[in-house]
Amino acid sequence: MSSQASSLHAWLTSETPTSRRQARWAAVYKGWLSLKSNHMAMAGLAIIIALITVAALAPWLAPHDPFVQDLGNRLQPLGAEGHVLGTDSLGRDILSRLIYGARITLYIVALVALIAPIVGLLVGTISGYAGGWVDLVMMRITDIFLAFPRLVLALAFVAALGAGIENAVLAISLTAWPPYARMARAETLTIRGSDYISAIRLQGAGPLRIITKHIWPLCISSLIVRVTLDMAGIILAAAGLGFLGLGAQPPSPEWGAMISEGRRFLLDHWWVATMPGLAIFTVSLAFNLLGDGLRDVLDPKDSSS
Amino acid sequence: MRAQRTFVKRQPQLPLPPWVRGLVITLFSISITMLGLLLVTFLIGRVMPIDPVLAVVGERASQEQYDAVFKDLGLDKPLIVQFFYYVSDVLRGDFGQSLLTARPVADDIARVFPATFELATIGILLGCILGVPLGVIAAVRRGSWIDQIARVVALVGYSMPIFWLGLMGLLLFYGILGWVGGPGRQGIFYEDMIPSVTGMILIDSALARDWGAFWDAFSHIILPASLLGYYSLAYISRMTRSFMLEQLSAEYVTTARVKGMSEWAVIWGHAFKNIRVQLITVIALSYANLLEGSVLTEIIFSWPGIGSYITTALLSADMNAVLGGTVVVGLVFICLNVFSDLLYKFFDPRSK
Repeated sequence: MSSQASSLHAWLTSETPTSRRQARWAAVYKGWLSLKSNHMAMAGLAIIIALITVAALAPWLAPHDPFVQDLGNRLQPLGAEGHVLGTDSLGRDILSRLIYGARITLYIVALVALIAPIVGLLVGTISGYAGGWVDLVMMRITDIFLAFPRLVLALAFVAALGAGIENAVLAISLTAWPPYARMARAETLTIRGSDYISAIRLQGAGPLRIITKHIWPLCISSLIVRVTLDMAGIILAAAGLGFLGLGAQPPSPEWGAMISEGRRFLLDHWWVATMPGLAIFTVSLAFNLLGDGLRDVLDPKDSSS
Repeated sequence: MRAQRTFVKRQPQLPLPPWVRGLVITLFSISITMLGLLLVTFLIGRVMPIDPVLAVVGERASQEQYDAVFKDLGLDKPLIVQFFYYVSDVLRGDFGQSLLTARPVADDIARVFPATFELATIGILLGCILGVPLGVIAAVRRGSWIDQIARVVALVGYSMPIFWLGLMGLLLFYGILGWVGGPGRQGIFYEDMIPSVTGMILIDSALARDWGAFWDAFSHIILPASLLGYYSLAYISRMTRSFMLEQLSAEYVTTARVKGMSEWAVIWGHAFKNIRVQLITVIALSYANLLEGSVLTEIIFSWPGIGSYITTALLSADMNAVLGGTVVVGLVFICLNVFSDLLYKFFDPRSK
């Protein structure tokens, strides 16, 4: 077993990779080693893995059904019997609602983190590669979206589309893609002029092949860093929409909506609004820590600490 | 963020002095962005599931009345003509009537905007006064305990949901300690006692020399303004630190130190002077964010500003108010961006 592990280690750290696959995995492994030495980033990663586990195992971990009301047992304090984190105004177990809420948070974050960078990557690389008036028009559109204040634009979109999780995802994505487009365009512009792209073009590669096979892979690492750092912002935006009643609708246990429910009892029953707030804070802190660490590994020129 | 030098092909130039050309280009770019902004709000207004005619005539109108209003609103015209009407209305400052308050949206916005402006301005002042020195010290004493504290302060600021921190602040300082005034801009006792001159209560009460009202307003604004200040502090101190680190590693700093210059003069006289330009952009950006990002803060503190106005309108499907508010906030955003560009040019000797 240990000899297997050490041979894997030797294979990954070999100075002379014999195949493309080995070189690629070696690069990933080296990044992992330097990320591993960053304790804060590892703490962030641990919290995120814990969150994913909790969300996946929610039915087994939650002590109660998150939707079952028990009006005789409402607003129980912390540490009440059977309710570690107390109950809310309808007697629902707060801990169970937090556990199920992790699913909603992850769902929103994952969707936005997929949609926004992909749209940005498409717009940015096409615009940067094509140049000319295509570039001009696409970048103007990007500028217009950047000129909008993000939350207000998201509010207006939700107003047009109607409240709900999917529409909140759409609204947040619509306001989140322009920075990715800017970034992908800048990268494309530097890559486009390089010699190896000319070489591939001389070999007869079309624009589609050049963009998908040779430009995209080089944009990915900076996009990943940016996405990880943005995730905290996405979580906060989703919670903000939920808090305003424009995201997930009751009785769904979305964390922002839970704060909004608990707000009415703040002065006498502080824990109802406090617990979901702590959950949001912990998760977005974890994403920020991991994002900082990833930036140091993948994008050392930007790191400042 | 290093300034990038780009080499542009020399183009045939119009026989105009450079500043006129710069102005024309700036104005052109602003008007294109403005037009785009209006197009987006126009389209949002069109895809709304709310029938604008029914909103005017009500459910019980006859078909003739409905058709008349339909024509009156120009809804029978092609979309492009409708858009033209919309733009010319907005240019005349006409955002239509608010369904909720039954007043012109433009009047409503003029009434609520000073409240937001007052809050955001105090917030950004707090953010700058505390954030810039914190960032500078963190860079100079890199790795020290004060740098660590600055890092934690910023991280917490980036990760904390603002509405939750606001609620906790209300709970602690208003509910338990009773140090500050509660939600709203004024206590009931002082409401409508001050003649409105600027719409900003702190200034109005100072003008009226009503110090009781001034302290009352101050105790109401200090908590939300500190909250906004904290959020801009997190961003400003982080950016200041990274700008300063870049300058401090430059050779001219070593030269100045070798020449025997005091540390104070090196830091503030040389290094800090060189980050002013970048810092202005950062501050303008966070100010713009406060003007819009105060939506959640305004809701928490029942602050009657533009954020509360848009949200309330939204929840009651008052589309004219929502879109009018969005356009105004977007306008402020664009203006601040242009303003920071101009300051940038003014402070950066390379662009002269």
